Amino acid sequence: MPARTLEAHVRHQPAIAIIDLHGEVNALAENVLNTAYVDAESQESAAILLNFSGVDYINSTGIALIVSLLARARKSHRRLLACGLSDHYVEIFQITRLVDFMSVFPDETSALAGWSVTAANE
Amino acid sequence: MATLRQRFQQFWIGWPKRQAKVIPTPQETRSEQMVVPPLDIAPNDPIVAYFLSSPGPVEVDKLHLDSPALQAMKVAGVKLTIPLVSQGELVGLLNLGSRLSEQDYSADDRGLLNTLATQAGPAVRVAQLVREHQSQARERERIEQELRVARLIQHTLLPKDLPALPGWQLAAYYQAAREVGGDFYDFLYFEDGRLGIVIGDVTDKGIPAALMMASTRSVLRAVAQRLITPGKVLERVNDSLCPDTPPNMFVTCLYAVLDPSSGRLQYANAGHDLPYWRHSAGVSELRATGMPLGLMPGMKYEEKEVMLAPGDSVLFYSDGIVEAHNSRRKMFGFPRLMKLVGEHAGGMDLKDFLLDQLAMFTGPDWEQEDDVTLVTLQRSEGYGVSEIATRSTTRADESTPTPPSDAINRVPTDPWRALGEWRLPSEAGNERQAMKLVADAIQVLNMPTKQLEELKTAVAEATMNAMEHGNHYQPEVPVSILLRCSETAVSVSISDQGGSQPIPDPEAPDLEAKLAELQSPRGWGLFLIKNLVDEMHITSDETHHTIELIVNLKGESHASKNS
Repeated sequence: MPARTLEAHVRHQPAIAIIDLHGEVNALAENVLNTAYVDAESQESAAILLNFSGVDYINSTGIALIVSLLARARKSHRRLLACGLSDHYVEIFQITRLVDFMSVFPDETSALAGWSVTAANE
Repeated sequence: MATLRQRFQQFWIGWPKRQAKVIPTPQETRSEQMVVPPLDIAPNDPIVAYFLSSPGPVEVDKLHLDSPALQAMKVAGVKLTIPLVSQGELVGLLNLGSRLSEQDYSADDRGLLNTLATQAGPAVRVAQLVREHQSQARERERIEQELRVARLIQHTLLPKDLPALPGWQLAAYYQAAREVGGDFYDFLYFEDGRLGIVIGDVTDKGIPAALMMASTRSVLRAVAQRLITPGKVLERVNDSLCPDTPPNMFVTCLYAVLDPSSGRLQYANAGHDLPYWRHSAGVSELRATGMPLGLMPGMKYEEKEVMLAPGDSVLFYSDGIVEAHNSRRKMFGFPRLMKLVGEHAGGMDLKDFLLDQLAMFTGPDWEQEDDVTLVTLQRSEGYGVSEIATRSTTRADESTPTPPSDAINRVPTDPWRALGEWRLPSEAGNERQAMKLVADAIQVLNMPTKQLEELKTAVAEATMNAMEHGNHYQPEVPVSILLRCSETAVSVSISDQGGSQPIPDPEAPDLEAKLAELQSPRGWGLFLIKNLVDEMHITSDETHHTIELIVNLKGESHASKNS
């Protein structure tokens, strides 16, 4: 069963860029994720939302890629958010403590709403 | 005619173009007739051209040519010779010595002899053809007799019966080509229940190949009883055969040893065609390097092993099938054979399936060019579950010696029963296959979704770890997965072949350090596994690592408690 590649599409909204992900977040996803991330931060958005609703598999190498993105975001004082994770991957984000450093929302709507509230308070 | 013949001294000389088949002088019965030994005439002797250009009686003494044959005729006392010509070819000579009356041959004599020669020429030619035909028939009979002996040797030495192993199906097929080749196969039975499987091919054909096959079989049988590992067996057989193997003759041979209880197949190869192993993830070649037997002493033979899971099959074969041609001279070929092994979906015997495919490819008028030999080994789907379960305590610890087969069912208290066993090539992405296989197999347990997802991810991570760190993503080095369950738990044992490198203890990654880019962002695998299952056990020996994952079926899961 060959590993499937990841597709990423970036949407820019005021103050936030959304990266829609489809496929598997594994070792093959590195270039796609990095390219999308560079595109997402090109508009100097204050936050980047990773939309995992099209992702059906994340392995430990994929977790490492997300950790890398989170490190880059923190370095540039940018918020990294996540949405659309299945219950299982929310649990994975909890086990790995990623949830301690990035807000995780059920879906894009709640993520945008949550981000708006957070931004307004900051 | 009778009167005339009595008056002449006559003899035949063989046809010059067939020097090797000189026609002997007919046995004369009368005492006064001179017997002259047959005379060979070289094809380039000028007398041949002279006879063809000058039909009719020739007076030998009056002929002056630089011809060894003419000289021999003069020495033998030939006075008159009449060429016997048939369809423009000189087929013999009618030679006559001096007349008994010492008179010269008259014109009437010559006319009569010429008439005789005209009729005798075709008759001699017919006689020659009959003689040639008889000679060829004798040669054909000799060859047929040799082929019969070769076939007899081969059939006598090939196994009469197939091994009967519960949970396994073995089949063998051998079809000699008309010109018998040197294919052979053999089964060796060991006291501990293991089975040796041999397939080989001698380079030559006929009786020499059959004799070489016989000696190879005998030596291999003797050596295999004393040595255990296939590589050592081939090494010893090669050293034994080398001194007595004729130049330009050698034997390709694959020797495998199957442990029917565990499914472990160890093998070594002396230059034989690579067997095909059909497993849940596709078809792989069973590769192991080694020189053919009988070429050079002191050779070493690489030894490999695979674990055959229920539903797996292995095809051992000789080159007769892959080198078969159809009417358009297209070869059956290795890719086609490998593809067919992968397409065989079980049910029908693999051997019969392949023979049907071969027949469809070659068509009804196929003239078999070489021996075709197939040996197939199939592990029954689902069969042997109880056997594996009773043996599972042994299998879980790879370092424990395999008990004899009669140990089966001696462990009735073992709570585990096997739900599945698989071997996956170490190729990126196959951890998804492992997840699916395990998930499908434990459907019957109706595990809660959350627990199932946790186990699937743990299996994927352990498989990925085994493929990457244990087997270094070498596709031919498989990851073994054994799934078992008891009344209260599910166990998944995942083994690689990287036993020389220790598996580190799973420590909690320092996420802050990773986010500060002080550490590599990687290193989550074992930590995730440990947090997704109730128990994780790591065992290692010299060649294998095994990670056993245990998930309790009753009560709250470990991961749930963690979160």
